[in-house]
Amino acid sequence: MFVCNIEEIPGKTITTCYGIVSGSTVRAKHVGRDIFASIKNIFGGELKAYTELLGESRDEALDRMKAQAQQLGANAIVNVRFSTSSVAAGAAEIYVYGTAVTVE
Amino acid sequence: MDNLTIFLILLALGFVFGKLAEGRHYRSIQAREEELVRLPTTSCKKPIGSSASIERAQLVYGHVVISVDYFKQMLAGLRNFFGGTIQAYETLLDRARREAVLRMKESCPTADEILNLRIETSSISKGGSGDRIGSVEVLAYGTAIYYQQASSRLPSP
Repeated sequence: MFVCNIEEIPGKTITTCYGIVSGSTVRAKHVGRDIFASIKNIFGGELKAYTELLGESRDEALDRMKAQAQQLGANAIVNVRFSTSSVAAGAAEIYVYGTAVTVE
Repeated sequence: MDNLTIFLILLALGFVFGKLAEGRHYRSIQAREEELVRLPTTSCKKPIGSSASIERAQLVYGHVVISVDYFKQMLAGLRNFFGGTIQAYETLLDRARREAVLRMKESCPTADEILNLRIETSSISKGGSGDRIGSVEVLAYGTAIYYQQASSRLPSP
């Protein structure tokens, strides 16, 4: 599966377009991490637990998008965009979307 | 009185450790940026000034969550009252963006160029305590391209 965030796959031609595919995850951190993060908030610096958490959820969202594209019979996704929004306190939504295409 | 003591201790801890952490982070960012300057990154969609054919393209991304310290939060709160630029948050966002771009570059050290760089910022609000930023997440993503190796580009005899 080719994935990129420009409109084409360099060196290949797009033959079929299947429309938008997307994947999303909503995740919350557990209490222990929240307490640790609020302590870290006094000293400043990177919150590694949150970095890890968001990385995992982003990978999962990407996997979901790829699965959806595979189901349609596509072999590439172009023009991928990420977006993040905090839905409630302590929970974040990661949304990934792109255009599923077949390339040759 | 007790409350005031705790507040002052937090303020002092935030000031000392925050300053140390920021200095350390800036030094590390500078060193790594110099190291990775060979990997050009643009927000254009086409490679600049190269006619070599592209072998493959791949989505790459890097991200980081960084929080401000207690002292700067208070400083920013004070600044909010009077208005003006909040330098505490400017450096926070600057650090976060540069770190995210660096991590993206580090995830593909053998790439030749990164196209269509996008940077996305979101604040991870803690809720409850109001509208303070607390911590921000920055995501940088782009398309890494690999040019065909010179040896494979030549026609075989």
